[in-house]
Amino acid sequence: MSTSTNIKFSDASMAEIQKIISRYPEGKHKSALIPILHIAQAEFDGWLSAETMDLVAATLKIQPVEVYEVASFYSMFHLAPVGNCVFDVCRTSSCWARGADDIIAHIGKKLGIKPGETTSDGMFTLKAVECLGSCGSAPMLQCGASYHENLTPEKVDALIESYRAAGKRRSYTDRDYKNTL
Amino acid sequence: MGKKLLIQNDKVGGIHTLEVYKQHGGYASVEKALKTMTPEAIVEEVKKSGLRGRGGAGFPTGMKWSFLAKPEGVARYLVCNADESEPGTFKDRYLMEKIPHALIEGMITSSFALGAKTSYIYIRGEYFYVARILETAIEEAYAAGYLGKNILGTGYSLDLSVQVGAGAYICGEETALLESLEGKRGNPRIKPPFPAIAGLYGCPTVVNNVETIAAVVPIVMMGGDEYAKIGIGKSTGTKLISASGHINNPGVYEIELGLPVEEFIYSNEYCGGIWKNKKMKAVVAGGSSVPILPTELILKTAKGEPRLMSYESLSDGGFATGSMLGSGGFIVYDEDTSIPMNLYTFNRFYHHESCGQCSPCREGTGWMEKVAHRIVEGHGKATDIDLLWDIQKRIEGNTICPLGDAAAWPVASAIRHFRHEFEALIPKTAVAH
Repeated sequence: MSTSTNIKFSDASMAEIQKIISRYPEGKHKSALIPILHIAQAEFDGWLSAETMDLVAATLKIQPVEVYEVASFYSMFHLAPVGNCVFDVCRTSSCWARGADDIIAHIGKKLGIKPGETTSDGMFTLKAVECLGSCGSAPMLQCGASYHENLTPEKVDALIESYRAAGKRRSYTDRDYKNTL
Repeated sequence: MGKKLLIQNDKVGGIHTLEVYKQHGGYASVEKALKTMTPEAIVEEVKKSGLRGRGGAGFPTGMKWSFLAKPEGVARYLVCNADESEPGTFKDRYLMEKIPHALIEGMITSSFALGAKTSYIYIRGEYFYVARILETAIEEAYAAGYLGKNILGTGYSLDLSVQVGAGAYICGEETALLESLEGKRGNPRIKPPFPAIAGLYGCPTVVNNVETIAAVVPIVMMGGDEYAKIGIGKSTGTKLISASGHINNPGVYEIELGLPVEEFIYSNEYCGGIWKNKKMKAVVAGGSSVPILPTELILKTAKGEPRLMSYESLSDGGFATGSMLGSGGFIVYDEDTSIPMNLYTFNRFYHHESCGQCSPCREGTGWMEKVAHRIVEGHGKATDIDLLWDIQKRIEGNTICPLGDAAAWPVASAIRHFRHEFEALIPKTAVAH
């Protein structure tokens, strides 16, 4: 069984976790692992520390290693701290063909970071990622649950400003997503 | 203007709500199927329709359904593959976002046909906001009695929920998807057994693409024979095409299969021609995995016949001169595009997405990325083009799942049709080793 942890899920998260577990047949609760990891990442600073993953293991009554091996497989799970706003900028074919590299370079210059890095104030992380299914509105980036499409340098500047002004952490699980086209 | 069966109401205000969806004929297939048809009769209609899997493989759906094992007392599952991750493909996202009830209706009717009492929609994690839209629609469907216990008083009960992934192209492969849905790494399973015998939780399972399941609705309503009259030959019905790249009107289009490729690219009803008044150089017709074709071969087959948007016509000539309809991810490249650089983005993609289970794919995708990178950076070796060819050949057919082939085919086709572009990037001074 998992090691004890000093953190715990909020009541709201626990209620959601229970609801998710109820979707699977008796004894198949491990199916809830990926959805719960999303909730955990959103609740505990945007990344999955060993302590957070141990909490997920304890919650699901599975071995910690079962959580680690899954968390490390999927690219949306962060295994190290990230900025409040992670910019996932698509760079695969259709986005590349319509200027994704210029967008990545523009964001990098504006924020003073390279792909994979986080600004010193902890506000932004820049990532170059693979196809996000937004090829018809390329170039694009995802931040939290929001899709920002048909990007231009001007649109990117405005996005950075608005995320900076809001100053809050964005998560893939956000219900208040705001897509822009 | 071709017939539309899936997204004809995409511009109707409020069509994402159950109320408006119903005003436009929504949920009639559930009424018809559950109240007047047997599960076997529905499977028969789907067989007659000639519907083929819309995720990319094009396998006949009715046949896939008829393989489903039905042992007494064992649960059966229908799992919708909404993992849409093939570069160039965004049609399922469009359908789910605009008309979520079209998928839910298809799931109910299809689940009834297959005898599933619990069904899941597995959606890629990046589409979290689409999952929220689906969840809201599912809640509406429960409240209206289309889901849950004793649907419409027919005695049939079904629970449906959305499962969100977390970023892994490989989970679009059906057995990797099932592993992921069971809370594991997305490593594809060795087949057989196929999911129809041992799928989710070891139980008989059908995995179908979003568009495939949505197409069951018009098939049930009009009957398989009528559906089969739409389209051309064995490419029956309509297909959602995701159009992207250097065209004037990128977007999702529903076409009747058999539409000439030339009309699709140049008609203002569809792609609207090449942007900035440029000429076209090449097309990837069915998502990143399918062979890229130069202009002359995408517009006409090697025999000189007009190329059509159909399974048969796009594959005419085999891989020597043809390609595949695939997922319908249609990417157009203008005359200024560097084919080697475009290929490099695909190499990078497949390297990132290889699950690492099979060594030809795990090692080969990374090696191809490395070689392609030095070519596009201008310091390729004289032997690098042949080396790329050799690596892809050794991956193809030697892996558990089709990701290996998917990584190999773009390389082979880019070299086959655009070798001169690779050669031009190799420094004249480059030595053989």
